[in-house]
Amino acid sequence: MSILNNETFLGVQQVLAKHAELQKNAMVLMPDDDLFAAGMSSRATVGVMLALESQFDIEFPDNMLRRDVFESMRSISTAVQTLLTNN
Amino acid sequence: MDMQIKQLHAEVEFRLAEIERVGREFARPNADDVDIKSRFPIEAINALKAIGLFASPIPKQFGGVGADPVELARGCAILGQHCSATASVVAMHHTQILSAVHHANGDANLEDYLRRAAIENRLIASVTSEVGPGGDMRSSSCAVALNGDTYQLTKKATTISYGSYADDLMITCRRSADAAPSDQAFVLAERGNFELQDQGVWDTLGMRGTCSPPATVVAHGAAWQVFKTPFAEIASYTMVPTSHIFWSSWWYGLALDAVNKCRELLRAKARASGGNMPLGAHRVADIVAELQRFEMEVFGMAREYADALEANDTQKLSSIAYALRINTLKLNSSKNVVALVTEALAVCGIQAYKNNGPFSLGRHLRDAHSSVMMVHNDRIQQTNASLLMIHKGN
Repeated sequence: MSILNNETFLGVQQVLAKHAELQKNAMVLMPDDDLFAAGMSSRATVGVMLALESQFDIEFPDNMLRRDVFESMRSISTAVQTLLTNN
Repeated sequence: MDMQIKQLHAEVEFRLAEIERVGREFARPNADDVDIKSRFPIEAINALKAIGLFASPIPKQFGGVGADPVELARGCAILGQHCSATASVVAMHHTQILSAVHHANGDANLEDYLRRAAIENRLIASVTSEVGPGGDMRSSSCAVALNGDTYQLTKKATTISYGSYADDLMITCRRSADAAPSDQAFVLAERGNFELQDQGVWDTLGMRGTCSPPATVVAHGAAWQVFKTPFAEIASYTMVPTSHIFWSSWWYGLALDAVNKCRELLRAKARASGGNMPLGAHRVADIVAELQRFEMEVFGMAREYADALEANDTQKLSSIAYALRINTLKLNSSKNVVALVTEALAVCGIQAYKNNGPFSLGRHLRDAHSSVMMVHNDRIQQTNASLLMIHKGN
């Protein structure tokens, strides 16, 4: 399991709180909770991706636009961190 | 060519020839009656059962023949030439049985079910649409209630195709009473364990033989019949690609039949006029060119999907890039079938406009228009437009 960068994680959490249309508060979700089970629809996922690109000034390459990349706060934070590091 | 591959090819061609025979002998002769009376194409479906078509997508280890998506698509295209209702029942069944095959996930009970489905050639219908979410397949209002080893489920469906004629149903619903609308499960209900209540009327412009009235499904069963795999995964890996491929295939068949009627009529006219080019002949060249493009796209996408399955390329199948491609197939195919049948009708003129006579294209035209709303193109276009906001195309 990857170690999360705290700043990235908080940023991801904020984006999810605003855009994921979750059924519960994003602030009480655990890093590995399934976001889709928490109510994030595939439609909302697009809003989350756009908000993340804007918030972190990154672009997700097409090969990262997969369900498994967006299934938990940990997987999203890891992806964002990878893109920030490679920039 | 390797002997074994040759043998496999011969088996595929034999099975397809059998489908063609059933199409010719049972589907086509009844197609008008099925359409006029809005009745189930029972003769063709029984004949297809007799040749084992409904079991063919099931892997050999469970008693089927493991027909790949390309073979299944070709079968749908063959039937589409003879009777839309028959072809669409087969297309929907294939999608449902493949969903079970791909996502049984080693569950011994589900594997036993596949064995039974193979032996008995069970016909499976799907219950995805619902009062409330409407045609949004990825959202449910009803929820399955698990109680120890059993489940109970009630769903008010806006349409259930051939529900009264199916052996089993595959039903989408929320995973539990407190689950989000998008947190869906996929549930199998076997005949004897479900009831269709308050069935409405199915009186439509086309696709009349699919017998798809609204109804309330009241189902129960064993807990193993609630698939462990989330429906979201079943949808992206199997249900969306296969339904778009198999629907597109029979739409291609429908267009092909309309174009063939058109060609036959023009040949007859050319012969009658001593070899002179009849009016509209040049348009047939365009129609055939479009038809070829249609064919290439449908079977190209079927091949692409078969290859991804063979390579177990879940990354590809769960990607936005692939979702865009497969959705685009549906948009293109539904436009193609309407355009081609319309053009064939115009070229044939009054002979096709008449409801009686060998060149009539009224049923083709009415059936073709259903393609726009199964799933509605506006919904798919909206999804693609949204996905294109994040997909870079690189």
